[in-house]
Amino acid sequence: MKKILEVRGLTKIHGPGCPLCSENTGPEAETNVCVSCGSVVAAQDVSLDLHQGEILGIVGESGSGKSTVVKTLFFDAEPSAGEARFFDGDQQLDLFSLNAARQRWLRNHRFGMVYQNPNLGLNFNVSAGGNIAERLLMSDVAHYGSIRQRARDLLTRTEVLGERMDESPRRFSGGMQQRVQIAKALATRPPLLLLDEVTTGLDLSVQARILDLILEIQHELNTAMIVVTHDLGVIRLLAGRTLVMKYGQVIESGLTDQVLEDPQHAYTQRLVASAL
Amino acid sequence: MKPLLDIDGLSKHFQLHEQQKLIPSCSAVKVTVYPGQLTALTGPTGSGKSSVLKCIFRTYLPSSGRILYCDQEGKVTDLAQASEYRILQLRRRDIGFVTQFLHCLPRKSALEITIEPLLARGVSLAEAQRRGRELLAQLRVPERLWAVPPATFSGGEKQRINLARGLIARPRLLLLDEPTSSLDPGTTENVAELIDTIKQEGVGILAIFHHPELVRRLADQTVRLQASSPGMPEPC
Amino acid sequence: MNHSYELPVDEVSYNFAFLDEFAKREIRRSILKAISIPGYQTPYASREMPMGRGFGTGGLQLTLSLLGAGDTLKVIDQGADDSVNAVNLRQFVELTCPGTSTTERAAEANIIQSRHRIPEDRLTANQILVLQVPTPDPLAIVEPSEARRKIMHGESDYASLLTKLYEDIVQFDEIAISNRYPTRLNGHYVIDSSPIPRFDVPKMHQSAALILLGAGRERKVYAVPPFTDAVPLAFEDVAFRTEAFLDHQGTRRHCDRCDSSTSYLDEIMHPDGSHHWQCSDTGYCNDRCARRDSAGSGAVRS
Repeated sequence: MKKILEVRGLTKIHGPGCPLCSENTGPEAETNVCVSCGSVVAAQDVSLDLHQGEILGIVGESGSGKSTVVKTLFFDAEPSAGEARFFDGDQQLDLFSLNAARQRWLRNHRFGMVYQNPNLGLNFNVSAGGNIAERLLMSDVAHYGSIRQRARDLLTRTEVLGERMDESPRRFSGGMQQRVQIAKALATRPPLLLLDEVTTGLDLSVQARILDLILEIQHELNTAMIVVTHDLGVIRLLAGRTLVMKYGQVIESGLTDQVLEDPQHAYTQRLVASAL
Repeated sequence: MKPLLDIDGLSKHFQLHEQQKLIPSCSAVKVTVYPGQLTALTGPTGSGKSSVLKCIFRTYLPSSGRILYCDQEGKVTDLAQASEYRILQLRRRDIGFVTQFLHCLPRKSALEITIEPLLARGVSLAEAQRRGRELLAQLRVPERLWAVPPATFSGGEKQRINLARGLIARPRLLLLDEPTSSLDPGTTENVAELIDTIKQEGVGILAIFHHPELVRRLADQTVRLQASSPGMPEPC
Repeated sequence: MNHSYELPVDEVSYNFAFLDEFAKREIRRSILKAISIPGYQTPYASREMPMGRGFGTGGLQLTLSLLGAGDTLKVIDQGADDSVNAVNLRQFVELTCPGTSTTERAAEANIIQSRHRIPEDRLTANQILVLQVPTPDPLAIVEPSEARRKIMHGESDYASLLTKLYEDIVQFDEIAISNRYPTRLNGHYVIDSSPIPRFDVPKMHQSAALILLGAGRERKVYAVPPFTDAVPLAFEDVAFRTEAFLDHQGTRRHCDRCDSSTSYLDEIMHPDGSHHWQCSDTGYCNDRCARRDSAGSGAVRS
């Protein structure tokens, strides 16, 4: 399998930062806040690889930095340090050194993001179909008929009724909004999809169907995904490999069944024990 | 003949941080498995038989020792050290694992669960379904159950689905963890015949059997594990 | 404005064209920048004028900074020279710009300040058209944050505007924007084309005359330099359309006064419920009527 993403030493510090930040924070220090300079170390020295068609899970509690990782990869936040290389065909792109326009191009063409909060991923001022149209228009498709057809196909694929494509997603249920978000993210057939707590807060039955949909999409399109969640059940179902984060650092990584059945780190053992 | 699997000095213990305990599971295990042969793991409860299988499959992280696997091209991989991607590749292509319990999505039918490994290897859906039906019939799973999720099945029925899933893709190395523990004598006989068949096809098998007579009948060699003494793990 | 009132030019030393020379120079400098970057909304220090914001102060400041002795100005409001806004602005220029003249004929003017219309007759390279703009940023309808709009303009990111067009077609089966149609200049910046109707947008494309657009309240000036591509946003399969002025039989309506069947028409309603159609560009209409009358009388004479 081909590697499509390689992240090395990704760090995100909110605040001035100081030389002591790294030793003052993390799982040993049991805090995110550096006592010397007051900065919040959201993510520190995170490294990961992602191969084509693979689902990588990032699990951790609130404030562990798991969302920060995907936000920086989607250029929603700027990292303080670190590198991320994206392998696209024959190209190798150093994500954080690209200019803003190139980053936006990648976001629109090659990456997809599904947020926990549909407000972030969807524009409620336009229809469900318009949301998908917007993403297609960003990637320079300019034919109304084909945009409309593709929007209809995508919404049908994600089990949103075609008759509702001209309604604002504001009137949709939470599960439907996530489906529209997924359809929107998939519009440009991106090789990389980032999913940030996509089923959190949904009914269990709705959760299950969304997770099934994600798995089906992975099988059909061979999309590589990073799934961020605090829910070990989601990880168990979706991810082949898993990273466990705490206080901004990766404390453990491995095959998902190994992390869940033979966790090495004290925190992971506690996490697994409280979940099962 | 070159062994398919050559385990030497394998130990596994669990370090429980919360309880500040070290739980030994198996220690200094030495096992070989040859193509077309079945090696049976025996020993008292708590001697770490299942742990050995899980260490091979990387569901457990081995504490020490080596687990050398020889693939089709003759390339030897130490499964105790191999990268996650290598393990995933071998799981998809080479190594099958039938556990005591069926872990599966409650929303998928028995047939869908059975043919998953075939689909993962790129077999077409129609072909996979044909082979799935054939195997389920052979394992005497009633046809009315094929389209039903196995959540409501009896223990024996679940176990047969589990077996079917493990056997269908004909892995090179098959790990069996008490696959017949809750089967009736008739079905157990079916399973024994099936295991015999795949042995003859060249599959190497490492198995833990509930029934001693199955060991006598199917095993080409037997490895007996000793119970580890709690609190006294092997140094590693 | 009261005609009998005269500005006490000598006593309080109002400068030529009301604004002081430094102010006019600053505006001209901004205009030069706007011309250099077609469609870019160049900020300028919009002054308080002796009339309310929204009455064309943006356009007027551009006009005043450009006017010099010997120039001829035409002022248009809703296509006409005699509507309130046009009359007031014209009189203000007459009062404050001695040595300049005004006209109602587009061909005679070298500076034309307009609201809502571009004259029917094609402008020449010797003319400058100044348009009054209420809201200069076409992205304002889709993005409330100006900081983000600036980035969007910089990256030529107009997908959200196109999405608005998509939504229009979904809802109304056609693009429902009647005026201020978003238009892309030189393949990059998209401008608000000011309250001109769609009918006039194609006149911006490769216009020989310099077109300047000024927004007084928003303090922005932008330009369509001569011979610049100006392409209204549209889809490949849903083209930009201008108003067709077809009657129920599908034939092109014509002006009831001058009989033109190519001009932009206003529908004029009468108290008795009847209505007729007439050129919106009164200067053009009057010219055609005068030509027809003189041709007619000439025919009688011969």
